[in-house]
Amino acid sequence: MSSKSINLTLKVWRQPGSKAAGRLETYQADNIPTDASFLEMLDIVNQRLTLAGKEPIAFDHDCREGICGMCGTVVNGRPHGPERETTLCQLHMRHFKDGDTVVIEPYRARAFPVIKDLVMDRSALDQIIMAGGFISVNTGQAAEANSLPVPKDKADLAMDAAACIGCGACIAACPNASAMLFTSAKISQFALLPQGRPEAAKRALAMVACMDGLGFGNCTNHKECEMECPKGISISNIARLNREFIKAALVSQEK
Amino acid sequence: MQLDAKIPAGPLETKWEKNCFDLKLVNPANKRKFEIIVVGTGLAGGSASASLAELGYNVKTFCIQDSPRRAHSIAAQGGINAAKNYPNDGDSVWRLFYDTIKGGDFRSREANVYRLAQVSNLIIDHCVAQGIPFAREYGGLLGNRSFGGAQVSRTFYARGQTGQQLLLGAYSSLMRQVARGQVTMFPRREMLDLVLVDGQARGIVVRNLITGEIERHTAHAVVLATGGYANVFYLSTNGMGCNVTAAFRAYKKGAGFANPCFTQIHPTCIPVHGDYQSKLTLMSESLRNDGRVWVPKQTGDTRRPEEIPEDERDYYLERIYPSFGNLAPRDISSRAAKRMCDEGKGVGPTGRAVYLDFAEAIQRLGQPEIAARYGNLFQMYEKIVAENPYKTPMMIYPASHYAMGGLWVDYNLMSTIPGLFVLGEANFSDHGANRLGASALMQGLADGYFVIPNTINGYLAGSRFAEVTDRHPAFKESVAEVVAKVKRLLSIKGKRTVQDFHRDLGNIMWEYCGMGRTDERLTKARKLVADVKAEFWENVTVPGSRADLNQSLENAGRVADFLEFADILLLDALARRESCGCHFNEAFQTADHEALRDDVNMSHVAVWEYAGEDKEPIFNKEPLVYEFVKLATRSYK
Repeated sequence: MSSKSINLTLKVWRQPGSKAAGRLETYQADNIPTDASFLEMLDIVNQRLTLAGKEPIAFDHDCREGICGMCGTVVNGRPHGPERETTLCQLHMRHFKDGDTVVIEPYRARAFPVIKDLVMDRSALDQIIMAGGFISVNTGQAAEANSLPVPKDKADLAMDAAACIGCGACIAACPNASAMLFTSAKISQFALLPQGRPEAAKRALAMVACMDGLGFGNCTNHKECEMECPKGISISNIARLNREFIKAALVSQEK
Repeated sequence: MQLDAKIPAGPLETKWEKNCFDLKLVNPANKRKFEIIVVGTGLAGGSASASLAELGYNVKTFCIQDSPRRAHSIAAQGGINAAKNYPNDGDSVWRLFYDTIKGGDFRSREANVYRLAQVSNLIIDHCVAQGIPFAREYGGLLGNRSFGGAQVSRTFYARGQTGQQLLLGAYSSLMRQVARGQVTMFPRREMLDLVLVDGQARGIVVRNLITGEIERHTAHAVVLATGGYANVFYLSTNGMGCNVTAAFRAYKKGAGFANPCFTQIHPTCIPVHGDYQSKLTLMSESLRNDGRVWVPKQTGDTRRPEEIPEDERDYYLERIYPSFGNLAPRDISSRAAKRMCDEGKGVGPTGRAVYLDFAEAIQRLGQPEIAARYGNLFQMYEKIVAENPYKTPMMIYPASHYAMGGLWVDYNLMSTIPGLFVLGEANFSDHGANRLGASALMQGLADGYFVIPNTINGYLAGSRFAEVTDRHPAFKESVAEVVAKVKRLLSIKGKRTVQDFHRDLGNIMWEYCGMGRTDERLTKARKLVADVKAEFWENVTVPGSRADLNQSLENAGRVADFLEFADILLLDALARRESCGCHFNEAFQTADHEALRDDVNMSHVAVWEYAGEDKEPIFNKEPLVYEFVKLATRSYK
């Protein structure tokens, strides 16, 4: 690690409330240590704003280790910024150059209204899970864990899909604001596992219907979701979702 | 303060079953008449909400995050213990119980820990049924790995994201109940007070973090699952939002606070590198399965690690603790790292780091195998430190990680306030003076899935409840207090930020109450913390209003509570006249620097009782009685 520092010009989306109009404000962010994370850079700016008697920039964050999915804004047009497979909290300032201008905005999607500044309401993702992103097992009903072997390759693929952190970057990246990558990750995880098969048809139909109802767009294969996903969720999950959906819609009892 | 632990009589193996039988039941039709509030949606709160709703109770669940899926349990990496004995390596419920009691340095209750070991296997069964993608062997059966403080492989894992997967499992069960209408979910709410009516916990007062509105919620029982207080050290591995506020406000309403000085310093974290730093990142203990910890033999050696020949390296954990080696428990490993750095053998720019080296494992297993086991951790390290750990050894140093202390609860997980239950890290119950790796996930899920659904009925069926609405005077009084506090924070308009005060508090706590404690330094810390607290209330600046989203205000309330709570932690550390587990008072140590317990005078749970504003809390104790295990000096040599 080196202890250099850089000066940046920030253009940050400021919006006092969900109904108020917003606009980009310019701030000078001088002397930012390059070993600081992007959110620590915002902390520094907020400290300075506070001491100058101004209201600090509101942004969501919590774990700061790239796993809770709470952070995520659009940095220079890209959700979570320029580094691949990196959440905003794991993006470090060494990836910026002295003198850079950095534009920071909330996600732009109808289903994610802005609450304040960079804070958005992403509860639509919880609603998609409520529609069927679970296996219906009550506590106490389970059989002995090893009574149901799961082929390792299937378990590994299920884990790849399950790594989704629900940050919504895929939706922000998609020109249609489609939630297909998010939804397909959950559908894939359960479709790949024998435990998930009994409800597979019902799940695919219900989750897709819910997603459509919430105002998310459709997938037209731009693949930008995969490119911006901080956890590297593959669009092959969308193909699996489509197969599950078609199977369910055409041949299951559920339709 | 009455401290009846309500431990059932009889043999250890049948206590839990007997307890469940002895407690009154609530019939299914009557369950519909009860409302239960659950605060927190981590492993404990999420699993409790789902399980209670499955039983037919009406559940209202609160969390500070925008979604219940984001609670900090999600960041747990390494795994979850269970006594399945799938590897056929001599494990059993008894051994998991014994390892946990011993790992906690004989400062936890036998009955609680035994129950934890008993239900551990049910947790794995349930989580597999929920579709959690645990690691598997080629035959399709579940894989295991080793963790600190155990000589068997009993840890189940999902890559380096076990906490995430278990939490998403609990979250999916919770959302299923939300969809059924059995749970009402209140995200972005912060609990600011507990409301008592006739001495019973009957509701909470919360701040809606979006609108700023102060809301009142009633219930027949309140379950707190609000996590630990490691952020009292400012820099910790906890999430930025983790706080003591809900637990502390319950303490002020009469809930005893147990063993606050038992705080765990985790040995394998990325070292501190600048004062802008907001948190520390854990590198899972599972890395010590294959990584070897070392420092240069010579003090002040500034060569790069690859330039230091094998015979000039001190693999000190393997040298001092040959039978456990790099898998020595956390408290022991942390103190050993500190000793090495105190002796001038520390590495890196600050000299406060040791190496965790994978060269030998990469040679033995190949880089692809190491990547399969720990890939995401290596990637995370590289992002933060900008060095490739496949080539250069990781640098690690201990950091504040977990709180074994918490609100006191009886065997049924009820606090000293009737109707207030406390689960997971927020309670004190199972880990004694030191928690073993992969045991936090086990405890959170044990409490939520299997304990509370079987104990809360005893309280509900055995109590009388007055009709209480949110217009009750107790709510009015509580709201008035909460609003006054919020207004006061906004009105100070001083010259220093909330974060600045929090950092000051953290520096004092780490410096004077961290891995090595002395009476003199603890006493001095009390004075220093009191000074910071006094300045806070005169000189903090909290911008913005209370009528909308105001993150500075949220933090101000949390830091104000940490400033008060820190004094209880320091008092508890002073009152414990011994070293045990993570609490290491330098006056009580063996010739080779290990913790020296005093089983005659100190075998108890210290429980602090609120005595009023600016008054010293009252000390109470619950004696720990060991009927089934023999207290021994902990040795991992």
